[in-house]
Amino acid sequence: MSKKAAPPAPAYPPLPPIRQWLPVVVAAWLAPGAGHFLLKRRYRAAFLAGSVLLIFLLGLMMRGYLFEPMSGDLLTTIIYTGGFIGNMATGVLYFMTKWFGYNQPDVAGHTVDYGTKFLVAAGLFNILAIVDAFEIATGRKD
Amino acid sequence: MPKMTLSHFETTLVFALLASVVLAVVTKRTDRDRLRYGLKSFGYFMLTVFGLSWLMYLGHR
Repeated sequence: MSKKAAPPAPAYPPLPPIRQWLPVVVAAWLAPGAGHFLLKRRYRAAFLAGSVLLIFLLGLMMRGYLFEPMSGDLLTTIIYTGGFIGNMATGVLYFMTKWFGYNQPDVAGHTVDYGTKFLVAAGLFNILAIVDAFEIATGRKD
Repeated sequence: MPKMTLSHFETTLVFALLASVVLAVVTKRTDRDRLRYGLKSFGYFMLTVFGLSWLMYLGHR
């Protein structure tokens, strides 16, 4: 009778309880860098918060356009909904900007266009920070 | 909120710098690796910018 081979070790450890990582993920979304700060990675938190904040403020100063979800043809839906998700990913920066009445039209011009891209890039940077905070909180990364 | 106008090059420079910082922080595990990756990433961004700029310049002559 042959022995059964041991099952291979999982590539990732099992997901810990949701209360261990969800507050970190929510904090990381709402305030860029806050997830790392909660996990006591203060230098990384400072670099991430500084980068997201700086590119977002530059986007505002360049009078970038904040996307609204819009439907129509496929390309319009992808660009405007994707842009909206990118803007929303900056958390409280986006909500405060809207709350203070920022409402720039989507006009032609390279400065405004770069500003629009910077505002979305801030959200994409924060998504990377959220994923990193999640991995640290679940023990998949130091 | 003051208004700001940056040139194409300045905008690219700022984006490359901040993207390199974020990518280095989230992808590497030690500070030494982060520093090396950040500098390398920024260097590649700049190399691409100058390469494509020359390509466009020569293509439009």
